[in-house]
Amino acid sequence: MRYSEAPIFFHGALQCAASVQGKGLAIMIKMENVCKNFGDLEVLKNVNLEVREGEKLVIIGPSGSGKSTTVRCMNFLEEPTSGHVYIDGQELTAKNRTKLVRESISMVFQQFNLYPHMTVLRNLTIAPVKLHHKSKKEAEELAYHYLDVVGLRDKAHAYPTMLSGGQQQRIAIARALCSQTKIILFDEPTSALDPETIQEVLDVMIRLAKENITMVVVTHEMGFARQVADRVVFMADGQILEEGTPDHFFTNPENERVRQFLGKIIRS
Amino acid sequence: MSGIFSLRAWEKVWLYRGTFLLGLFNTVRTAVFAILLALALGILFGLMATSGKRALRAVSRVYVELIQNTPVLLQTCFLYYALAFSGHSIGIITTGILALGIYTGAYMAEVVRAGIEAVPKGQFEAAQSQGFSYLEKMYYIILPQSIKIMLPPMVNQVVNLIKNTSCLYIIGGADLISLTYSFVTGENTGGAYAPAYLISGLLFFVICFPLSKTASSWETALKRREQRQVFARKNAGGKEAMADE
Ligand SMILES: Nc1ncnc2c1ncn2[C@@H]1O[C@H](COP(=O)(O)OP(=O)(O)OP(=O)(O)O)[C@@H](O)[C@H]1O
Ligand SMILES: [Mg+2]
Repeated sequence: MRYSEAPIFFHGALQCAASVQGKGLAIMIKMENVCKNFGDLEVLKNVNLEVREGEKLVIIGPSGSGKSTTVRCMNFLEEPTSGHVYIDGQELTAKNRTKLVRESISMVFQQFNLYPHMTVLRNLTIAPVKLHHKSKKEAEELAYHYLDVVGLRDKAHAYPTMLSGGQQQRIAIARALCSQTKIILFDEPTSALDPETIQEVLDVMIRLAKENITMVVVTHEMGFARQVADRVVFMADGQILEEGTPDHFFTNPENERVRQFLGKIIRS
Repeated sequence: MSGIFSLRAWEKVWLYRGTFLLGLFNTVRTAVFAILLALALGILFGLMATSGKRALRAVSRVYVELIQNTPVLLQTCFLYYALAFSGHSIGIITTGILALGIYTGAYMAEVVRAGIEAVPKGQFEAAQSQGFSYLEKMYYIILPQSIKIMLPPMVNQVVNLIKNTSCLYIIGGADLISLTYSFVTGENTGGAYAPAYLISGLLFFVICFPLSKTASSWETALKRREQRQVFARKNAGGKEAMADE
């Protein structure tokens, strides 16, 4: 597979100004005392979390611990029962969610969720044209650029159902990139894939991680976490139990639950 | 003279062909406007039934249940006489359009609801995560996917509506059934029962049968396309896996 060497952002949409360690100081995502209940079930219990501009945050933890719910509160797919979420300094509310999400956040789902009634090209251009007021020509230029980034230019006129899972997920990443938002959320992007196509998606994400995009990634791929994460957060029972650098996590985590979890995952 | 083999009866029907054509015209005219109304109501209440707002869902539910669980004849009479007594006579044709539109609208609403609910949740979430507003999401992402599912049952509802124009008889309508009935019971024209009803039935059939056929062939085509897509996906997965090895 060949990827284009073109820079990921063009038209100067975002400057890649961040230096190596000194990620921008701006806080892109801030969760403050966020609780989320589904009926009687307390899924998030007072989550506090900050993600800085350009930071790559990986969230790990056992099934049902609230990882997806945390990420989905960041773009208001779930409305917190209490607490506050701030995006790029603005509080995210039921009222401004559409506008704020449109401008600031994209998401890549476990099940890809491409629009099956549209060609790949239309999947990539619909939001830029209808939501970001780009001309059709501009949007297509953008789409082909990101198709190159994910190595799938030749699939522009295919329908999503004709593609393999790995290809669909790469298209979904290209779709997220086409919105040119500063933040991209990933909820287990490789969990629905056949083992042989996982790497092609991880390769694309590793490439993205070199840019100044703020990435929040829920994943069970520990190799990926180790390679790209600036910070790892471990969740259990709706709480953040431990956070730190990948080095800290994978060499000597403090919490016993973390040790057990990593032991299980790495052995399997 | 009522006999199906009576040449005179057939001649009488031919002589009064204008009556049948007028009835057909009135039936089609009523049906067309009622269909438009039913579609509008169906989309509106179908969207309400799938919205996140409890109050909207409740309103939609009440409408659908009230209409589906009372006879359309009663609704027609109610609308006609209730309005007439309150001094707002709106005419038979308008009553027919309103009554049949409201009646079929309840069934259309259920069709729209089912069509929307058949679209996977991930599609709604993807659209929301891109920042589509509710209406944009429905218009660009959800409805285009559910329209294929909705069309066949919608056409069936259209066929029912056309047949239900016969309800207008109860308020003295001039639709095809009503005019056929006055023809066979009329003082000057009476008697030609069999030919009259055969012709009337034929006219309904000529309109409804192609519609039903279209609906069922759409349905078959839809199923076939789904199967093809599953097949194509399996193939794509296979090839991809091989290419990577
Ligand atoms: N819409 C919902 N309604 C009711 N319960 C829900 C809903 N969404 C999630 N839950 C529950 O909330 C808990 C946390 O779910 P969540 O999906 O956030 O976990 P997760 O850490 O992402 O797990 P996984 O690794 O399995 O994806 C689970 O017990 C789940 O059953
Ligand atoms: Mg999850």
